[in-house]
Amino acid sequence: MSYQGKKSIPHITSDRLLIKGGRIINDDQSFYADLYLEDGLIKQIGENLIVPGGVKTIEANGRMVIPGGIDVNTYLQKPFQGMTSVDDFYQGTKAALAGGTTMIIDHVLPEPGASLLTTFEKWHEAADTKSCCDYSLHVDITSWDDGIREELDMLVQDKGVNSFQVYMAYKDLYQMSDSQLYEAFTFLKGLGAVILVHAENGDLIAQEQKRILEMGITGPEGHALSRPEELEAEAAFRAITIASRINCPVYITKVMSKSAADIITLARKKGPLVFGEPIAASLGTDGTHYWSKNWAKAAAFVTSPPLSPDPTTPDYLNSLLACGDLQVTGSGHCPYSTAQKAVGKDNFTLIPEGVNGIEERMTVVWDKAVATGKMDENQFVAVTSTNAAKIFNLYPRKGRIAVGSDADVVIWDPDKVKTITAKSHKSAVEYNIFEGMECHGSPLVVISQGKIVFEDGNLHVNKGMGRFIPRKPFPEYLYQRVKIRNKVGALQGVSRGMYDGPVYDVPATPKYATPAPSAKSSPSKHQPPPIRNLHQSNFSLSGAQIDDNNPRRTGHRIVAPPGGRSNITSLG
Amino acid sequence: MSLMSFHNKGETTVTLVRTRLQSDRLLIKGGKIVNDDQSFYADVYLEDGLIKQIGENLIVPGGIKIIDAYGLLVLPGGVDVHTRLQVSVMGMSSADDFHHGTKAALAGGTTMILDHVLPEPGVNLLTAYDQWREAADGKSCCDYSLHIDITRWHESLREELEALVKDKGVNSFQVFMAYKDKYQCTDGQMYEIFSIIRELGAIAQVHAENGDIIDEEQKRLLELGITGPEGHVLSHPEEVETEAVYRAITIAKQANCPLYVTKVMSKGAADTIAHARRKGTVVYGEPLAAGLGTDGSHYWSKNWAKAAAFVTSPPISPDPMTPDHLSSLLASGDLQAVGSAHCTFSTAQKAVGKDNFTLIPEGTNGIEERMTIVWEKCVASGKMDENDFVAVTSTNAAKIFNLYPRKGRVAVGSDADLVIWNPKAASVISAKSHHLNVEYNIFEGTECRGAPTVVISQGRIVLEDGNLFVTPGSGRFVPRKTFPDFVYKRIKARNRLAEIHGVPRGLYDGPVQDGIVSAKAAAPAPSSRITSCPGKISMPPIRNLHQSGFSLSGSQADDHIARRPAQKIMAPPGGRSNITSLS
Repeated sequence: MSYQGKKSIPHITSDRLLIKGGRIINDDQSFYADLYLEDGLIKQIGENLIVPGGVKTIEANGRMVIPGGIDVNTYLQKPFQGMTSVDDFYQGTKAALAGGTTMIIDHVLPEPGASLLTTFEKWHEAADTKSCCDYSLHVDITSWDDGIREELDMLVQDKGVNSFQVYMAYKDLYQMSDSQLYEAFTFLKGLGAVILVHAENGDLIAQEQKRILEMGITGPEGHALSRPEELEAEAAFRAITIASRINCPVYITKVMSKSAADIITLARKKGPLVFGEPIAASLGTDGTHYWSKNWAKAAAFVTSPPLSPDPTTPDYLNSLLACGDLQVTGSGHCPYSTAQKAVGKDNFTLIPEGVNGIEERMTVVWDKAVATGKMDENQFVAVTSTNAAKIFNLYPRKGRIAVGSDADVVIWDPDKVKTITAKSHKSAVEYNIFEGMECHGSPLVVISQGKIVFEDGNLHVNKGMGRFIPRKPFPEYLYQRVKIRNKVGALQGVSRGMYDGPVYDVPATPKYATPAPSAKSSPSKHQPPPIRNLHQSNFSLSGAQIDDNNPRRTGHRIVAPPGGRSNITSLG
Repeated sequence: MSLMSFHNKGETTVTLVRTRLQSDRLLIKGGKIVNDDQSFYADVYLEDGLIKQIGENLIVPGGIKIIDAYGLLVLPGGVDVHTRLQVSVMGMSSADDFHHGTKAALAGGTTMILDHVLPEPGVNLLTAYDQWREAADGKSCCDYSLHIDITRWHESLREELEALVKDKGVNSFQVFMAYKDKYQCTDGQMYEIFSIIRELGAIAQVHAENGDIIDEEQKRLLELGITGPEGHVLSHPEEVETEAVYRAITIAKQANCPLYVTKVMSKGAADTIAHARRKGTVVYGEPLAAGLGTDGSHYWSKNWAKAAAFVTSPPISPDPMTPDHLSSLLASGDLQAVGSAHCTFSTAQKAVGKDNFTLIPEGTNGIEERMTIVWEKCVASGKMDENDFVAVTSTNAAKIFNLYPRKGRVAVGSDADLVIWNPKAASVISAKSHHLNVEYNIFEGTECRGAPTVVISQGRIVLEDGNLFVTPGSGRFVPRKTFPDFVYKRIKARNRLAEIHGVPRGLYDGPVQDGIVSAKAAAPAPSSRITSCPGKISMPPIRNLHQSGFSLSGSQADDHIARRPAQKIMAPPGGRSNITSLS
């Protein structure tokens, strides 16, 4: 991937940068060191570095130097009924960089039935020409048919895609049945991909929407009422059950409610490889705004799964994020203008779904989790970049400050206080769902591909400077365990002699004929009275039944995956 | 109650069988009466198939038969909530029909069964009901009632259910989440069926297993070359049961419909029910004699016929700790009613699936052993007392299915279905001595304490001294009314509470995007902002601005107050349930 011919950034002529006096924060440790960047890579870390003369030096003055954020869930090109969200790849990535996010993974959303490859190319092209930061692409599977397998294979082998999202919601549109999910999971596991799930029970949502519209509720509150959090939890539970049958990793996107988060937490304790992604919106605000009298404001919060109307949810999700039960943060960024949202002014089901968050994500996590003492700076790095990089096989190129890693670095000021408002945000949308939130912690300098793109509140970006980052399948972080479990969990049948007793003739009369008891070779304890049938044992292999009265034979495996037979909800 | 002792011992020496059967008057003396709430010593006088008097020194007519129950317990006859005595699979009828099945039931102390009507998909439910009624009326030896299984969703379902509820005395319907492409319902259909059931005041029962996953697993196992009965349990892992239970509860809660989960076979499923109950959901769980009395390690038996005898769905858990766990939950009240799901097939019938476990007809025995197994596993082990025993073997079932207090209680006016129970009796369950038509007994060799010595059905002695005196066709159909109080009192209250309201807003009169317009919204001139709006959002001039276009003045005064207490956010009693939340 080469991107020659692009204009260099006006005021930076050099590709060389020295960051002096910063405290480097990785997910595992923090330490004081200088950082020397060249050719878009981190070249040296240490004290008293020997660097060429004349390099631009940034004085970090003891501030934190963290890996640039990775936003794992954006929709900057999402079409909805002929409308496209107001932030495209240019507008969206600009906002991302301003918030300290230096890489996004966007979702390719093909129309059901459309070719995945063609749609992928469309996204690829749009992003190449517009994106200001590095990006990678998830591909959403919006319909499941046999032809899709080849395309998936091609995307994984040739196109650098290793993650696919399936939908359990959006009935008659994107929704897949459990059988299809099973098939899709099996196939994707074979490809070594990461399986993303939009977990909501679409059947029930469709029913609830009908009911609520019939009751005459048409406003945005209907959106929240028709998608209660139980439906999210239910779908998460089902997705995990299917995945654990297949022994494949599963990643739940947009964890919005306590119930869904709890399901993930409990499942992880039982062994299945499951990951959960809360988004900035669910960590920073709640769903009480759906009841706002201001229609436009209420509509701005419409996203699926909806924000929980329970005001204690953000705190709860932050706690789970801090303890590692949830792993990564996304934004689900997909804002629509009020005029676009107003398409659903008389029917909440028509309101295009999506909220902002690409710019606010890092700050919201810092403010809600680090500034409150729930997590430390290292865990902050883990949930904003490192874990994402590991799961999606970008590590250690992204998500770590280390020699050889990409020079995507953020100098973070933990003390700066900023009020989020639509007046100053970089997104093109009129409403900011975090409006008025005072946040501690924000980026001072953002460096993407070794270039300063944000400094002193000013952005220095070029359309199209972002590169597509291909990702390889079988990320170690997920698949090491899968491979071992595959071996351990192999199934075996019981080797028995042929059953040669009488067999009921199926299409015959309902009452079976009483056959003469066949010769018994069995030492069994059954001595039925003479009137009854008796053909419980007719083995030709002698000795086959010797241990028959010994019911549990230790030599035989009873499918025991590591982590034990998982009863996801068992007590204790 | 009565003051005088008035009976004649000399007249009790009638020994003729015929006399016994015809005797409509009975006095049970000296027993300890056990109900679900209390135990007490009293005599019981039965006449015309009803309990007429309870107390000491009863005044009874002369010449009646007296049963001596000193040192024994007098219990309400067992109610087996789940039997399948008329099932036909691939043209094969189960080995025990209503005659054999109810005979075995009475021999085990069960005086009433609730059988499942399983219509072929597409068959009118009423037709199937009539078919079952005819068979049972002609053969059943004890009182019975019927559940109807809904095997296919169709347009006229509502009318059929209504007719069954109103005219036929049925108040419980089962849906299947398993048996893909045969009986299985989608989530949407379940929601609609549950909604109808709630309106009718019936109980929704569910066979909870994820049929889609099972189907895929079966394919996979057969491809692996696993064809024996162990493939059955491997393709029906307990997670699949747990998942379906969770989903069924979610759907029922959305539809505000009471849910009864049949055949709770695994720890996971039982725990899910227990959690949901803790969160306030109206859900009941039915473990089976098979799940309480044995485990699924037998699926790996080298004896094919033995392994096949255990095939049932959901399968008996291979985890040997499961029976213990289930009986603990039963004792604590998290599970409520014990059934048997009795549906037996002979070995020759099972052998239809000798080369393919998916063809093995499903079902195990248990109708006869149910009471004894519960006594042995729960009461004799100290997990529950005799009152709990009565609750889980009869009273709870009678309450849930609206048979109470006619059944499930020893009280004046209740049906004279009684069991005189000897807690000290010891017996070994064996196919040699059971009253069934099958060669295998899944409890073979289980030593049980506790057994009925006398069983009385409709006021007649049907079991005494180990001898059965039954008449096929003597069992009556017991119709059941809708809206059982035990279940629906709460549902009704919640219906009232769960009403939801929209937000009264002015009309949105801002600009609306034209569906097919280009990506960037055209920036319209900001509409005149009503000054009363304290909204903190004020836009830079370039952006769209139409967050407030109300004609109703003052409507946005409280816009900055996020949570307005006057607005209900669907708060059912018991709270927003996070079924699995930590705590």
